[in-house]
Amino acid sequence: MIIGVLALQGDFDAHRRRLEELVAEVVLVRKADQFDGIDGLVIPGGESSTFLKLLGPGTLQKLSDFVHSKPTFGTCAGAIMLAKEVENPHQPGLNAIDMTIRRNAYGRQIDSTIVEAASALGEEPLEMVFIRAPRIEKVGPGVEVLAKRDDYPVLVRKGSVMAATFHPELSADKRVHAEFLKLVRNGSRR
Amino acid sequence: MADPTSNGTPSFSEPALRLKLGLAEMLKGGVIMDVMSVEQAVVAEKAGASAVMALERVPAIIRAEGGVSRMANPKLIKQIMATVSIPVMAKCRIGHFAEAQILQEIGVDYIDESEVLTPADEEHHVDKHAFTTPFVCGARNLGEALRRIAEGAAMIRTKGEAGTGDVIHAVKHMRQIVKEMRQLTVMREEELFAAAKNHQAPYELVRIVARAGKLPVPNFSAGGIATPADASLMMQLGAEAVFVGSGIFMKGGATPLDLTVTAEREEAESRAQAIVTATTHFDDPKVLAEVSEQMTGAMKGLAVGAIEEKDLLQTRGW
Repeated sequence: MIIGVLALQGDFDAHRRRLEELVAEVVLVRKADQFDGIDGLVIPGGESSTFLKLLGPGTLQKLSDFVHSKPTFGTCAGAIMLAKEVENPHQPGLNAIDMTIRRNAYGRQIDSTIVEAASALGEEPLEMVFIRAPRIEKVGPGVEVLAKRDDYPVLVRKGSVMAATFHPELSADKRVHAEFLKLVRNGSRR
Repeated sequence: MADPTSNGTPSFSEPALRLKLGLAEMLKGGVIMDVMSVEQAVVAEKAGASAVMALERVPAIIRAEGGVSRMANPKLIKQIMATVSIPVMAKCRIGHFAEAQILQEIGVDYIDESEVLTPADEEHHVDKHAFTTPFVCGARNLGEALRRIAEGAAMIRTKGEAGTGDVIHAVKHMRQIVKEMRQLTVMREEELFAAAKNHQAPYELVRIVARAGKLPVPNFSAGGIATPADASLMMQLGAEAVFVGSGIFMKGGATPLDLTVTAEREEAESRAQAIVTATTHFDDPKVLAEVSEQMTGAMKGLAVGAIEEKDLLQTRGW
């Protein structure tokens, strides 16, 4: 089981470390042909406008094909990439999860915050690190909401695709990545 | 609030510092571009910059024109913040905590306490723990980097020699910091106390570097990066992201490219895009050759060796 981490820009190294702690084999993905050798993909935090520019049309198509067929997990900018609709400003989304997401909806860096809240991942509250975070404004039918902050979904799942508007890779709690690896294991059995 | 320095060193598990470091993590692998106008900020964002640094005069102009360089007018910074969706940084003078307070008040995402501006204090840097907004500071060696981290900096960048388009001192400073960190990793425990004395840095931070082999905050590069190959060089030497100051929008001397002239606008766009791509694919010479070929022009530049000692910007800061 090989997990790719999209490594164009952003905190891909934090995801790599976390996945390796969970004993996954990780490759950093920068080029279109690398999508063929991986069983699951993490799209990290960073700047989604930078990702889109660096992907270019060819690699974007390859990424789109991947997220519609294999397990994928996006955090923050990665969640923005996976959305159906992106606001503030409008930009293309991969439509892997039927949701509308709003960039920088909580404000600027001075509004970044760490909160703890209940989640579907067990009794222990989940620490959630929000950095210039986007907000999921609405989700479509069939999208599971695994955690919320102030009534807005912050961790969602649709089929084998997961998205978080916070950064589990920056917390000690490994449950979110472990949950994603479960999806990959199930996916590779299919 | 708990004193973040109660044991003489920043507490890296404290939420305020974790959030500062978090944004620095998000900027890794990217290019932070100096911009002097809303138009330049738009070109930078469209080219894939991961953040912009808003300032009134880029270092090349400061160098050519002289005078006292201060924080940019908040109105300009706010206009840029209102226009682009990526993080916006701004510079304050070394030790000028009132400028930093103003920058925090208007909501900039990162403050660069920068040697590029005229220093406001001959002895003290800003107490960066006192701010919610994260700070980046320049450094030429490990001791300087650790002193800034002790003061609360959540990101270090090499100083290089800003505004020259000559990468030689960015290389020198990155090699110096990386070498000094590597040396710490093979020292015996008692040698670390002496190393702390020699680096004029807090022992606790020296010990953290000796254990980890790297700085406890992200380590970026700045000061003279002007081409895709320069960006690749700095990334291969250990930088986790790059700042490009005068390299995108300057022609030569104190003259910026005129973005209202199509050819000059395209030149700025091609430089910006080429350096962004080169920073991501820094270890892929095939991509680097392609983007170097696509880039039209580069800033004329000024060899660091031709600058008199007293005119160097990097010696500011202590």
